[in-house]
Amino acid sequence: MSLELIIAGFLLLSLTCYVLTGGADYGAGVWYLLAFGPRSQGHRALIHQALAPIWEVNHVWLILILVILFTAFPVAFAAIMTALHIPLTVLLLGIVLRGAAFVFTGYGKGSGRSSGPWDVGFAAASLLAPFLLGVTIGAISSGAFNTAPVFAERFLHPWLQPFPLAVGAFTVALVAYLAAVYLILEARDEAIQEAFRRRAIVAGLVVGGLEELVLLLTRTGAPLIWDHLTHNQWGLGAQGVTAMTGIAVIWFLWQKQYRHARVCAVGQVIVTIWTWALALFPHLVPPDLTIFNAAAPTATMQALVVALIAGVLLLFPALYYLLRVFKKPAVFGENPSKPPTDGDVGSNFNEAFHDQ
Amino acid sequence: MTDLLAARSLMAMALGFHIVFAMAGIGLPLMMVMAEWRWLRSGDEPSLALAKRWAKVTTILFAIGAVTGTILSFLLGLLWPTFMVWAGPIIGLAFSLEGFAFFAEAIFLGLYLYGWRLLSPAMHLLSGVVVALSGVASAVFVVQANGWMNTPRGFRLLDGQPTEIDPIAAMLNPSGLVQAPHMVLAAYVATGFVVAGIYAFQLLRAPDNILHQRALRIALLVGGVSVFLQLVSGDILAKVVADYQPAKLAALEGQFHTEAGAPLRLGGIPDVEGGVLRYAVEIPYGLSLLLYLDSNAVVTGLDAIPRDQWPPVGVVRMAFQIMMFCGFAMVGVTLWGLWLWWRRVALFRSRAFLIALVLAAPLGVVATEAGWTATEVGRQPWIIMGVMRTAEAVTPMSGLFVPLVIFGLVYLFLGTMVVRILWNPIAASETTDRSDTSAGGPYVP
Repeated sequence: MSLELIIAGFLLLSLTCYVLTGGADYGAGVWYLLAFGPRSQGHRALIHQALAPIWEVNHVWLILILVILFTAFPVAFAAIMTALHIPLTVLLLGIVLRGAAFVFTGYGKGSGRSSGPWDVGFAAASLLAPFLLGVTIGAISSGAFNTAPVFAERFLHPWLQPFPLAVGAFTVALVAYLAAVYLILEARDEAIQEAFRRRAIVAGLVVGGLEELVLLLTRTGAPLIWDHLTHNQWGLGAQGVTAMTGIAVIWFLWQKQYRHARVCAVGQVIVTIWTWALALFPHLVPPDLTIFNAAAPTATMQALVVALIAGVLLLFPALYYLLRVFKKPAVFGENPSKPPTDGDVGSNFNEAFHDQ
Repeated sequence: MTDLLAARSLMAMALGFHIVFAMAGIGLPLMMVMAEWRWLRSGDEPSLALAKRWAKVTTILFAIGAVTGTILSFLLGLLWPTFMVWAGPIIGLAFSLEGFAFFAEAIFLGLYLYGWRLLSPAMHLLSGVVVALSGVASAVFVVQANGWMNTPRGFRLLDGQPTEIDPIAAMLNPSGLVQAPHMVLAAYVATGFVVAGIYAFQLLRAPDNILHQRALRIALLVGGVSVFLQLVSGDILAKVVADYQPAKLAALEGQFHTEAGAPLRLGGIPDVEGGVLRYAVEIPYGLSLLLYLDSNAVVTGLDAIPRDQWPPVGVVRMAFQIMMFCGFAMVGVTLWGLWLWWRRVALFRSRAFLIALVLAAPLGVVATEAGWTATEVGRQPWIIMGVMRTAEAVTPMSGLFVPLVIFGLVYLFLGTMVVRILWNPIAASETTDRSDTSAGGPYVP
């Protein structure tokens, strides 16, 4: 297997992990916005406790994506950063506001309980960031980058199109859906669990609808993807698998088999992202840049592969340990019915940050 | 304002803001681990309370640092795409390794902060050690990348393009190897003195508070030891700058003319048009001695450098002098503390010393900002020394004052919020600090 393929694989893996973890963080923020009524405080407290110990870790994936891109595929990195300067700047603002609001509501006075301007900031940023992440991915896939001397042609046209905007909307729905599925398993209160179950089902239907819309828009918006998905057996097969996992999630949610639902939802997201990547392959920025012609020299690629493998070997056990310590009930399914005790993450969170 | 100036200002602002949080992420974990170690050894409850309190502050600052660091990794591409195309393959490896160090810091900080009851004492302390070490590692990798911009290595130029790339040689560039210890020590000095100043302020109001006494002792130990090592590190760094970047050195020292037996100049106002440094106090042969251990050694002046390759001399010289002043002021305060300690005077009882510490609190941060200003502006007009000019690297995007203004507001807002959020735990100087210790034993067997 060539170095380019290995590193592109790491890139895809990082993006997948970012959507599955960091993306779900944004999704939780969307539900934070929609938490109202008598139980809203309970919803918000749950969201906060679920996020606090792993928040930064989830966002490291994004840094990894950037670093791999500019080390291994510098020409593609520069092309993306130049053509999509505007949406990426707004994406960055979303990430910053999201992070800041999270820190200030979480660690400030009376946090996790109060509502106010922070909640609005948290929620607005939670919508903004995944939307622009989707727009960016859509714009890259469309292959509309150019070096025209006209400002609008060069810096607005590549992303201000129906297809990238639809991918943005789809991404928002997708992360909200993921978050709802995760939060069912974090919840200890049955009423809250039920609320997130309903939300997950609704979000799942919205995701399915938007996915079809995005697919239809690729016909004119991203012809490369349209061709691969509709004229290839694997493309049709991948669409079938996505649809089946999506239906399975809703079925399991209906049956209240939440763990199965989560496995299928994660699978659905992975298949969606990988189908997109395969449809683009070997392009990074169509039509000109591929993972082969945009790759850095061999010495760089070799050193990066060594660094990535060493990093994975050192950090994945640590990451596993972190999840093992803090997410025992939610991720590993141990003692799911156990009531909260002194040693739980929730009380540890309160102890660590709120001097009673 | 030109787009280039807007891009440079935005980058300077982003770096200047981030560095404060990066330093806290290096210095505070060390102090937190020292406090926990002391508690494990002696069962001293105030030390445990300190470790917990510093862990919280570290977490808040680290979370903001994660945000400001993300801004930087985007800005590299958003503002300097041409630079990244060139530099990415050569020095990107250092950023990848930094990414992993950051990852490790995030994981183990989570374990440390939320794991007081869930981890064994040894595992908990070890988590803290990993946090402290990965903070240092992050700094080392990032500074190696910066060092490469000063002394680019690990490639050969062929028709203006890099060939025969060797990322390891690039990372082990001569500037980076001496800049990195200077930065890590700066982080310890800056954090140590800020923390010492804060607790000195508290002790002025309540001299008997044991928690604050412990805190002051640890902070002074970290800041004081580091400020002496910093003198050595700075001396070595200056020699490397003299070897590889004579234009920068000449600007730092206000050396307009190449001369043998150059004096060390203190203060003064550079007159760039006239080509002289006016009103400076001169120590004869000082600079030649410091740089080459030879009173008659020749020091290259700006007159040996083509005029279009001069850095902005006024800014560089001013920033360098500020850094030196702050550094020596902190050395002075530390010597005073040593003298009191040698005379067996309790440090907490000397109001004059405590007041000096309060005044010295910001000096480490100011010195770091000034030092980075000197080294970054001193590299101009190059973004990669001798290879690529900053003006060639900037994005073709226009209207860059818009993100400059927007991010200016973002930083203003972030800064205000951080101060507000940290003000409560700092200002609350309850004598026994019940809130932290009343939770009972930290570990439930």
